[in-house]
Amino acid sequence: MAIELHQDSRFQEVVPPLSPKEAMEEANRCYYCYDAPCIKACPTGIDIPVFIRQIATGDLEASARTILDANILGATCARICPTEALCEGGCVRNEDSRPVSIGRLQRVATDHARTANVPDLPPLPVRGRGRVSVVGAGPAGLGAAAVLCRMGYHVDIYDEKDEGGGLDTFGIVSYREPIAVSLWEVSLVKKMGATFHFGVRIGRDLEWTQLRSQSDAVIVAVGLGRVPRLEIPGEDLPGVWDALDLVEATKTQPLDDISLGKRVVVVGAGNTAVDAATCANRLGAEEVTVLYRRGQDAMPAYQYEYVFAKQDGVIYRWWTVPVEILGHGRVEALRCLRTRAAEGKETDRRATLEVIPDSEFIMPVDAVIRAIGQEKPLNLWEAIGAQTQNNRVVVDPETFETSVRGVYAIGDCLAKPGEATVVGAVADGKQAAWAIHRQLAKVV
Amino acid sequence: MADLSVNFAGIKSPNPFWLASGPLTNTGYQVSKAFDEGWGGAVWKTVGEPVINVSSRLASIDYGERRMMGLNNIELISDRSVEDNLKEIAEVKRRFPHHAVIVSMMFESNPKLWADMVKQVEDTGADGIELNFGCPHGMSERGMGSVIGQVPEYAEQITRYATEGSSIPVIVKLTPNVTDVRMPGRAAVAGGANALSLINTINSVMGVDIDSWMPIPQVDGRGSHGGYCGPAVKPIALHMVSSLYNDRRIRVPICGIGGIETWRDVVEFMLLGSQAVQVCTAAMHYGFRMVRELTEGLNDYLNRRGIAQVSQIVGGAANRVGDWNDLRLSYSFQVVAKIHEEKCIGCNLCYIACEDGAHQCIDRIPGQKNPVVRAEDCVGCNLCSLVCPVPDCIEMLPVDHGVSETWRQRQERLSSLS
Ligand SMILES: Cc1cc2nc3c(=O)[nH]c(=O)nc-3n(C[C@H](O)[C@H](O)[C@H](O)COP(=O)(O)OP(=O)(O)OC[C@H]3O[C@@H](n4cnc5c(N)ncnc54)[C@H](O)[C@@H]3O)c2cc1C
Ligand SMILES: Cc1cc2nc3c(=O)[nH]c(=O)nc-3n(C[C@H](O)[C@H](O)[C@H](O)COP(=O)(O)O)c2cc1C
Ligand code: SF4
Ligand code: SF4
Ligand code: SF4
Repeated sequence: MAIELHQDSRFQEVVPPLSPKEAMEEANRCYYCYDAPCIKACPTGIDIPVFIRQIATGDLEASARTILDANILGATCARICPTEALCEGGCVRNEDSRPVSIGRLQRVATDHARTANVPDLPPLPVRGRGRVSVVGAGPAGLGAAAVLCRMGYHVDIYDEKDEGGGLDTFGIVSYREPIAVSLWEVSLVKKMGATFHFGVRIGRDLEWTQLRSQSDAVIVAVGLGRVPRLEIPGEDLPGVWDALDLVEATKTQPLDDISLGKRVVVVGAGNTAVDAATCANRLGAEEVTVLYRRGQDAMPAYQYEYVFAKQDGVIYRWWTVPVEILGHGRVEALRCLRTRAAEGKETDRRATLEVIPDSEFIMPVDAVIRAIGQEKPLNLWEAIGAQTQNNRVVVDPETFETSVRGVYAIGDCLAKPGEATVVGAVADGKQAAWAIHRQLAKVV
Repeated sequence: MADLSVNFAGIKSPNPFWLASGPLTNTGYQVSKAFDEGWGGAVWKTVGEPVINVSSRLASIDYGERRMMGLNNIELISDRSVEDNLKEIAEVKRRFPHHAVIVSMMFESNPKLWADMVKQVEDTGADGIELNFGCPHGMSERGMGSVIGQVPEYAEQITRYATEGSSIPVIVKLTPNVTDVRMPGRAAVAGGANALSLINTINSVMGVDIDSWMPIPQVDGRGSHGGYCGPAVKPIALHMVSSLYNDRRIRVPICGIGGIETWRDVVEFMLLGSQAVQVCTAAMHYGFRMVRELTEGLNDYLNRRGIAQVSQIVGGAANRVGDWNDLRLSYSFQVVAKIHEEKCIGCNLCYIACEDGAHQCIDRIPGQKNPVVRAEDCVGCNLCSLVCPVPDCIEMLPVDHGVSETWRQRQERLSSLS
């Protein structure tokens, strides 16, 4: 393994595992619904009543198999899926009690698979022949690769990083998901026969045309890029961070090597901002403030993420934009303005904003963390020659094939409107893999 | 405050809650503690020629998260000497003159021995005797317990040995390990029994450890059949109680036993004909303190219904239980399932149950949460309403088809035609 694991109690997983007794009790709360609504609410369609019943009947191995068969990243998803918007949101027990804790039960089963020596997943009942290349070893790429390997395809996965897992490995804070979980999932796909080529950036270390010519089909699963710049003066001062770089640093470096200072500002109020803010808090910041140019009702973060940040003592300043970062040789203060909705409802995330006259104020700060989304991989679409629309690559909604025949795009790089999730990326990967099989089985 | 006191075949007790003969009633210490905590009576652990027990002795079947839904034991009767038992019985009776102390007895089929033992028991001041014709393991292999209860002639004979010389009431405790419990019941009455109690435990093998392939429970690698009791046996006990109560040839009080855990169970047993009840497993599980919930629950129940004396409910529902042949046939009367859509949570359990396990008359409607019953095809089996996890979500509505005809009436009608 190329990266070193840093165990630090400050970054210990916050949600404890269910004890065997708790797991039994919770599993027995499941009604074993027929054609269960929770299954439909899971993008990867895990057979939830079955895996829960397998826990209740004391067969964790089968339970893990049920999960991983549908979702090779079941262990990650058990921890970081927004379950209240997905499976648990669909659980019938919302109506008569509280939903079954599907995510935490899924963790019980996948933890068992991770720590006990369980047999590999069986091959899929169809056989395929051919070579498929996957660009990006994140959730989407792994999801596709697992299905293709189990069908018998030869799969090469390229990633510019020196480990797989994508954001699961480098972007999800350790106190939500320990890095070992993500690396274990990568190892599963390795065991299935996929060949990983790490440290290879397509477009730099290997030309796109060459990759295309050596593969029967290519899956592009490159995710999104860095956090965009704020485009305000002072942004290059030391002390200004990209939220993703900060999270990656907490996962790959000793924490004491990261110095943020006492007063930290996070710009943006999505889920990434929560991660950045809670990281800053764990790194020892005394005052962590989230700035958002709109009001609380328009906040893109999930409610439970917001609650998590509040529990960490994070301060939210609504209707505020930074306009300049001040400092001599490093960040010292942030100049801000107050905003309001010019047109449209205050709760609407698309309402146009205006600055309130004479509302300027200066906050003394030691670090500024940008958490305002991620860049789209536009250059790559150009190199591939794939058609785009509104800066988004165009794909067939059923097959994920781009306008270039045999080239598929899945996961975050599609920049679909709405929240990007690991489980959604895996679902895309599965669907594309089956589409490729249908295509190649005809041709080869 | 309702009057909970009972007079059971002459045995007076402040309430109908008695501890059944078993580990709870092994010693004077236990029975005194139980009376202090509110039990009205106790049937002493069966006294007889002292036995030697084995270890282990108990095993249970759990259901979901609930422990001990059913309990099985291979314990024998008292392993203490007759003298020790009788001495403590006398002490308890002295301390608790108004509580019911009943002595369970099991001896060889020797009339002299019985006459002598009955005399000794009477001398303790005990209020009654219970004959253990039920123990299905160990004792039965020595010609006692359920082998007596299973052969009406023996049951009558031994009962007579006990009743002949007894001035205190004799209750015969019956075994459920028979095809028709009325036969030994009638025999006991013929032998002079003043009352019947039932059920004793049901023969069972509790389980097998699938890792070690050992029976459960096991005694150094071997198991045996043992007596089954606890909440799981209640329906069997209720059936047997009602069949004795409804038998015209049995006109003695009945003490209901088997699976009683809550005051609701007590009410059910009484409605089917029990004048008093005995509890074993539930009190072994939770301790004597559970009598408080029994007492308050039964009292509140009676008060809510304006019933002054508990004996007024005895047998209140018994005459409604009888032969299948006296039930109206489905062309005469039926129930039809109705799903209350506002309560439905959309689990589809009713759908799959009816589809695979009943009569394929529940439809799922695309885009709609609740399934719908095709009333014209529903046979009214109840299955859907039993699997539905939401209380009162599936209601079984009665439909009277006008004619009133049972199987018996139908047979009569058809034979009068020919
Ligand atoms: C801070 C943060 C927190 C999040 N929290 C959650 C959460 O709690 N729950 C949840 O479900 N989702 C969460 N997400 C979203 C989730 O991480 C993504 O939806 C998911 O990782 C998308 O998977 P992907 O494979 O499409 O992309 P990525 O995970 O981004 O993987 C893309 C991979 O492609 C590689 N790559 C990129 N370009 C190239 C190239 N040219 N050549 C070779 N390799 C390349 C990258 O190195 C990377 O490994 C979070 C995201 C962020 C940023
Ligand atoms: C461990 C154990 C020992 C028992 N011993 C006796 C006994 O000595 N004499 C007897 O008549 N019944 C004995 N029984 C049977 C109980 O008195 C009672 O009839 C039976 O358990 C059903 O009641 P329950 O469901 O409330 O337990 C015993 C039951 C158990 C569990
Ligand atoms: S909806 Fe809830 S209760 Fe029903 S199967 Fe799914 S988890 Fe179980
Ligand atoms: S009562 Fe029986 S037959 Fe009627 S709908 Fe329910 S399950 Fe089906
Ligand atoms: S079992 Fe009850 S709750 Fe479930 S679908 Fe049927 S009616 Fe609705």
